[in-house]
Amino acid sequence: MIDKSMQVLIVDDYKTMLRIIRNLLKQIEFHNVEEASDGSEAIAKLRTGNFGLVISDWNMMPMTGLQLLQEVRADSRLKTTPFIMITAESKTENVIAAKQAGVSNYIVKPFNAETLREKIEKVLGHV
Amino acid sequence: MSDPRPLAERLAAVHARHPGATDAITEALREVMETVVGKVSATEAALLGEVEALGRTIAAAKAEISALHVDDITASHIPFATDELDAIVAHTASATEAILEACESLDGATGQVGPEPAATLLNATTRIYEACSFQDITGQRITKVVGALKEIESKVAAITVRFGCQWHLHPDWHTDGPPVPADETLLNGPQHPTVAMGQSDIDKLLASFD
Repeated sequence: MIDKSMQVLIVDDYKTMLRIIRNLLKQIEFHNVEEASDGSEAIAKLRTGNFGLVISDWNMMPMTGLQLLQEVRADSRLKTTPFIMITAESKTENVIAAKQAGVSNYIVKPFNAETLREKIEKVLGHV
Repeated sequence: MSDPRPLAERLAAVHARHPGATDAITEALREVMETVVGKVSATEAALLGEVEALGRTIAAAKAEISALHVDDITASHIPFATDELDAIVAHTASATEAILEACESLDGATGQVGPEPAATLLNATTRIYEACSFQDITGQRITKVVGALKEIESKVAAITVRFGCQWHLHPDWHTDGPPVPADETLLNGPQHPTVAMGQSDIDKLLASFD
């Protein structure tokens, strides 16, 4: 059974996208959502908070989603935190790089609520 | 029609007709002939002719490029195009925010109606939220177009500099740009739908690691 009251961190430098993901999460009953507008802000929040899931964009400046993922996996306290990448980067080398960095799942934009729900359940089901 | 005989033979004929008057001319022409024949072969002369023609072509091209006012590309055309693209992003972002706000109001109203209309409302707003992510994709595509425009600008600048035309980069354009992330080569933005991997392709690729 997935605990939908867990705190979820969504990371995107585009505030409209943050708003869309927050609303879609709300539709699938994840209401405890925190936002970060780039990788640096995200890592600071992750180190001080207690998040059960990270959903991040890749294409951000100055710290990209891939670099954030690498930092998370290198942090002894955060390394097992489920991490889903939601991105428009859909090349094979991107998926491989993300997988090698330890991504839990990968959603390509544009996506729908059903895909988001399915990937979250798959990722959290493995925790 | 030119005389087909060698010049030396022709000079000898002139000398035979006018032995007193042509000595000086003959001597001068002989010196010229020795200079030309000794230093420039027929092939070299042909090459020189081609080089001269090429020079005229380049000069004509330079004149034509100057007449095109290529400075306009950086001074007005490309800045205008990028400003227009920025305006498109701003307008669509504003419209998307308004749509999202309206959707959030509808979501808030689901508690005031029965379960069936609430589910219908929820289903409709979910589809609207999903559709609104177009804004992010179009923004990234427009960024790629702006990058292509900058590339065109720099290539045109390189050509015109090579041709010796006047060229000044627009003051608002900087070659340094923002800091480049370590995984820059992986930042390609949205792929064209005809070649992009879909979610199912990505799922299969990820599953191949398990």
